[in-house]
Amino acid sequence: MQNYRKLTIESVRQGLLEGRFSARELAQEALRTCEAGNGDSGVFLSFTPGRALAAADRVDARIAAGRDIGPLGGVPLAVKDVIMTEGERTTCASRALENFVAPYSATAVQRVEEAGAVIVGKTNCDEFAMGSSNENSAFFPVRNPADPERVPGGSSGGSAAAVAGGCTPISLGSDTGGSIRQPASFCGAVGIMPTYGRVSRYGLVAFASSLDHIGPFSRTVRDSAALLGTIAGADPFDSTAANASVPDYAADLSADVAGLKIGIPPEYFADGLDPAVGERIEAGIGRLERLGCRTRKISLPHTRYAIASYYLICTAEASSNLARYDGVRYSKRSERSGTLSDMYRNSRAESFGPEVTRRIILGTYVLSAGYYDAYYRKAQEVRALIARDFSEAFAEVDAIITPVSPFPAFKLGEKTSDPLQMYLSDIYTITGSLAGIAGMSVPCGRSPEGLPIGMQILTNHFREQTMLNLGHAFELDGGFES
Amino acid sequence: MKITQEEVHRIARLANLRLTAEDTARYARDLEEILDYVDQLGELDTSGVEPMAQVLHEGNAAPLRPDDPGRSFEQATALRCAPLSGAGHFKVPRVIER
Repeated sequence: MQNYRKLTIESVRQGLLEGRFSARELAQEALRTCEAGNGDSGVFLSFTPGRALAAADRVDARIAAGRDIGPLGGVPLAVKDVIMTEGERTTCASRALENFVAPYSATAVQRVEEAGAVIVGKTNCDEFAMGSSNENSAFFPVRNPADPERVPGGSSGGSAAAVAGGCTPISLGSDTGGSIRQPASFCGAVGIMPTYGRVSRYGLVAFASSLDHIGPFSRTVRDSAALLGTIAGADPFDSTAANASVPDYAADLSADVAGLKIGIPPEYFADGLDPAVGERIEAGIGRLERLGCRTRKISLPHTRYAIASYYLICTAEASSNLARYDGVRYSKRSERSGTLSDMYRNSRAESFGPEVTRRIILGTYVLSAGYYDAYYRKAQEVRALIARDFSEAFAEVDAIITPVSPFPAFKLGEKTSDPLQMYLSDIYTITGSLAGIAGMSVPCGRSPEGLPIGMQILTNHFREQTMLNLGHAFELDGGFES
Repeated sequence: MKITQEEVHRIARLANLRLTAEDTARYARDLEEILDYVDQLGELDTSGVEPMAQVLHEGNAAPLRPDDPGRSFEQATALRCAPLSGAGHFKVPRVIER
């Protein structure tokens, strides 16, 4: 199949409706492409050929019957392995769930399949989505399609690399502190963290419940708009999923962004930002100005406290959420015998890798008697200040533009020895996570070494349409590479 | 703040984790470094600031639904995920002596 690696939702639709290929042929091509390079790339943890071909056959049957194929009809899609897919392994890249077969599907998965998408496999990630480089996978790392010596970012490294590397046109990831936006930036894909509550978390294996989101990856802004529109909306199985109505993001996409007010926070362009990244983002801002956006400086004064607040809150929530892996109901049980208590401890010791263990220890510590007020409560108060910074800024501007990461993709092994340094690299993404607003990474050119650089577009709660329009206008204006 | 290995042991017991001596020393160092870093939050006066535990959207606080019974898992489906089960139960090591 020609140009398989460049397909979009629209070109799949045209190809199917014009009879240039069947959904089954496309699914087979997708499976071949994904499986072929996986020994080197490490993108997928498992493939789902039975599910994919059955879904493709349903699409072909609809075409034969002259019925609509659905907004994602026949489109190959990869799903991060922290999102439940009924009847398929869902491991969270952890030994704890190495043999776990999901008994139900996430709401987002149900919705993409109802829309006709063809799930071809489950993508690699950091264990339980904890990491910024994908090196915390219990199984094997993912390599960046732009340079195999480098990490794809994390934690949704596999889902980003699947799209950027030509395996699938779209994929689903999850973002808690930047886990969609940062790998999108490192790999050169579009990636979106929707507003908190915009997409149901039902069936997303919990890491930090007040910060977790499911969101799309794609090669074009239009495809992310379509995928987001499919998975968004209220859900009786997630009481934090918002009731707000879901716009038709793809149909309403407009490249007319003239007059939009854009805020530029100097806090995001200070020490620690790689000059090559800063230069690309400045150039990107210049392009938006030429498209008619009005830019102005804004201040987000509590930015420097975000990492501390985030890593206290997310580890506290993680230590509580990961208590469920007890070796009794669905997670790994140790072969070593002993008392019930020994069984719990041995099973958990054999289940969790070093980063997950570190976060459980930190989270348990900050929630333990005597430290709760000093750490956990304080972190939540600072979170409120960070959210207030954004609500004050969004009273003045429609969107905020920043870098996604202080630097482009780094080499495998380069940052694994110092956990705090790895945490500090999340500075530009975790502020938006704490505030619960929407954020997106769009490709914004390359570094002198040829590595992709992402520009972050942040908008207020439920203002995804403005964010998508900006990204779309940016993309149409000379493409993502210029 | 100095974090002792005993402290890490205590936390590991609370979290049902078992650490080797080498791990304990490493996590004590990591915890100390991270806690030293987060101490900067103390610079901020947050008196009167309401802690933010959740992102709540207007008109969306705790939506209620009718309390109607609905479909749930079959017992067999839930037990299929368990490492050890039998007679309709999860099996665990004996906790009460005969």
